[in-house]
Amino acid sequence: MKKSYKIEVDCANCANLMEQAAKKTPGVKDAAVSFMALKMTVEFEDGAEPAKVMKDVLKACRKVEPDCEIFM
Amino acid sequence: MNRKQKKMLVRIVISAVLLVLVNLLPLPFWLRCAVYAAAYFCVGWDILRKAALGIKNRQVFDENFLMAVATLGAIALAVKEGSGDFNEAVAVMLFYQIGELFQSVAVGKSRRSIAALMDIRPDSANLEVDGKLEEVDPDEVPVGSVIVVNPGERVPIDGVVLEGASSLNTAALTGESAPRDVGAGDEIISGCINMSGVLRIRTTKEFGESTVSRILELVENASSNKSRSENFISRFARVYTPAVCFGALALALLPPLVRLMMGLDPLFGDWAYRALTFLVISCPCALVISIPLSFFAGIGGASREGILIKGSNYLETLSKVKTVVFDKTGTITKGVFEVSGVHHSDRDEAEIIEYAAHAECASSHPISRSLVRRYGKEPDRARVKDIEEISGHGVTATVDGVSVAAGNDKLMQRLGVEYIPCGSAGTVIHVALDGQYAGHILISDLEKEDIREALAALREAGVTRTVMLTGDAESAAKQVAERVGIDEYHSGLLPGDKVTIVEKLLKELGGSGRLAFVGDGINDAPVLSRADIGIAMGALGSDAAIEAADVVLMDDDPMKISRAIKISRKCLRIVYQNIIFALAVKLVCLLLGALGLAGMWAAIFADVGVMVLAVLNAMRALDTKRV
Repeated sequence: MKKSYKIEVDCANCANLMEQAAKKTPGVKDAAVSFMALKMTVEFEDGAEPAKVMKDVLKACRKVEPDCEIFM
Repeated sequence: MNRKQKKMLVRIVISAVLLVLVNLLPLPFWLRCAVYAAAYFCVGWDILRKAALGIKNRQVFDENFLMAVATLGAIALAVKEGSGDFNEAVAVMLFYQIGELFQSVAVGKSRRSIAALMDIRPDSANLEVDGKLEEVDPDEVPVGSVIVVNPGERVPIDGVVLEGASSLNTAALTGESAPRDVGAGDEIISGCINMSGVLRIRTTKEFGESTVSRILELVENASSNKSRSENFISRFARVYTPAVCFGALALALLPPLVRLMMGLDPLFGDWAYRALTFLVISCPCALVISIPLSFFAGIGGASREGILIKGSNYLETLSKVKTVVFDKTGTITKGVFEVSGVHHSDRDEAEIIEYAAHAECASSHPISRSLVRRYGKEPDRARVKDIEEISGHGVTATVDGVSVAAGNDKLMQRLGVEYIPCGSAGTVIHVALDGQYAGHILISDLEKEDIREALAALREAGVTRTVMLTGDAESAAKQVAERVGIDEYHSGLLPGDKVTIVEKLLKELGGSGRLAFVGDGINDAPVLSRADIGIAMGALGSDAAIEAADVVLMDDDPMKISRAIKISRKCLRIVYQNIIFALAVKLVCLLLGALGLAGMWAAIFADVGVMVLAVLNAMRALDTKRV
C-alpha cells in the first residue's frame, strides 16, 4: 500500500535525512521525500497499520529534524 | 514571505544593526561584549537549540551543529586572545541565516510559480438536480449526472456534451493556443476552459478518474521518481559532511603536533581557526537544494508546453536519447485512415465495403473505423457470426451466411487465395468471399504536415538515428520513409515483432545513448515499456497511453518530441553546471582555508553565494521558451 502525506520542512538536506529515517522505520517498505513538492510518499509493508507506522515515522523524522511536520 | 520568514528577517535586521552599532560606537569593554552576545543570540539561538537537540538525538553531523561549533569556536578563540572582537562569529551566523532565509524564500517562490503552471484543478461543479443548479465539490458528482459549464469556467469532469456549442481553450493541457470547437454529442475533457457558450454535459467519469485529476496526480508524483543525479547528490551529501568534519579535526590536531615534534611553535590557535573555517563550508546545501529544484522546474516548464514527464529519472534519460523509434500510425501519420479506392473487383464497390466493414465490426483498429466511415452506417452486428481476428493478418467472419476474409497479403497466402498485389502506397485489405478473391480496398493514412521539420529538429537536438516501424507492406513503408526523410524503416511487422526490433536496436545503441519509442498509445504498451523511454502522443483523453508511457505528449504535434528532448538537455546542463560549480567553489575554499589564505568570512560568503547562484541557475530550467 502506498500513501502520500504533506510535510513541512525547511531545508533540502533535512528532507533527505527524513527520507533516510522513514526508510529505516519498521513497517515501511520504501519511502521518498520530495522537498520541492513537500510530499512524503510511503510504501507500507503488507499488514502494517499506516496510522501506527506513521507515528513512528514522525518520531524518527523529529529526531533528525526537530522542526519538521507530517500532516496525517 | 510567510510569517516564519518575516520573523527571521526581523531577527537578521536587529542583529545586523547591533553589529554595526558595536563597531561604530566607542563603548566600554563589558558593554561591547553584551551587545555582541545579544546580536549573536538574537540571530542564532535556534541554531544553538537545534544543535543541542541534535547532540541529544545523536545527529552530530547536521549543519546546525557545525555552525554552532564553528561560531562558538571563533568566540572561544577571541576570548583566548582577549581582543574583544567577536565580529567574525556574529557575522558568520548572520550570513548563514541570511543564506537560509534566501533559500527558503526562493524555494517557496519557485514552488508557487510551478504550482501556478499546473493550476488546472477546478474548484466546483454546477450539478443539475431536479432542474436546478447546485454548486458542489467536483468530488461529489456521480458518474452519469448532468453538469453545466458556463463561459469562462473550467470543465470539471470528463463527459459528453448534451446541449450547447462552444469553443474550448485547451492551452493548460496541451500548450496549444488554438481553441477547439465542440457541440452536442462531442466528448469533452476536464481541465479545458469553456470560452463562449453554455454547455450541458453528462459526466462519464468520476472526478478522481477524470483527465484533470490524472494529470495533476502524475505531475505531483513526478518528483518521487528520483533521477540518478539526485541520488548521487543525496549519497554525496551523506559522505561529504562527515568527511569535512574529520578533515577539520585532522587540521586542528595534526599540523600543530608535527610542528611540535619539529621543535617549532605549535600555533594551536591558528590551526584551530583554519579547522573552524572548514566547518563553515561543510554544509552541502547548494547542491542538495539546487539539483531537485532544477528537475522540478524542468518538469514544471515542460508541463506548461503540454509535455508531461513522469519523473526526474525520465527527464534524465530523455536528455541522452540518441535513437528515436516511431510507430508509424498516429506519430508520423495522422492515424486517420480514409478508403481511397477499391481495385480489381468485379462486384459493386459498396458491396465489398459493406462486407469488409461488417467483418471488421468487432475491431477498434483505425482501419476498421475508416471502413465504417466509408460504409456510412453502423454495421449491424446481428448479421455477423464467427468473427476470428488473426493478429497481424486480418479477420475472417461469416456475414449474411457468406464467409468473408479481409486482411493483408499474409492472410490470403494463409487461406490459399490467389490475390492481386497493390501498387499504390497505403494499407491494402484484400477481400475474399467464400474463398474467392473479390478485389482489394486501398486505405491510406496521411502524413502529418510538419513531420519533415520535426525529424530535422530531432537531428538538430542530437538524435543520430530515426527508425520507423510499421505493419504496412514494404513498398508503402518505403514511400512514406523517403517522403518524410526518416533514416530507417522496418515494414510488415506483427505487433510482437516491434518488441524484437526495439530490443535489437537497444543492443546496437552502445555507450550512454538511450532509445525512445514514440507511439500513439494504442496497442503499443509492451514496446513503450521495453524502450528506455516510452513517449505517447496525442494522449489527451487516452487513459491507456497516460498509464503506459513515461513521457506523455498531450497533443499529436510531432515537433513536441524534439522540444521535450531540448528541454531535458537544458535541464541536465543546468544540473551539471550546478554540481561542478558548487563542488569546485567548495574545494577551492577548503584548500584556501587549509592554507590559511581564506578566513571564515570568505568561507561563509562562498557557501551562501554558491547556494544563491545555484538556486537562481536552477530556476532557468523553468523557462522553456529558450532551450
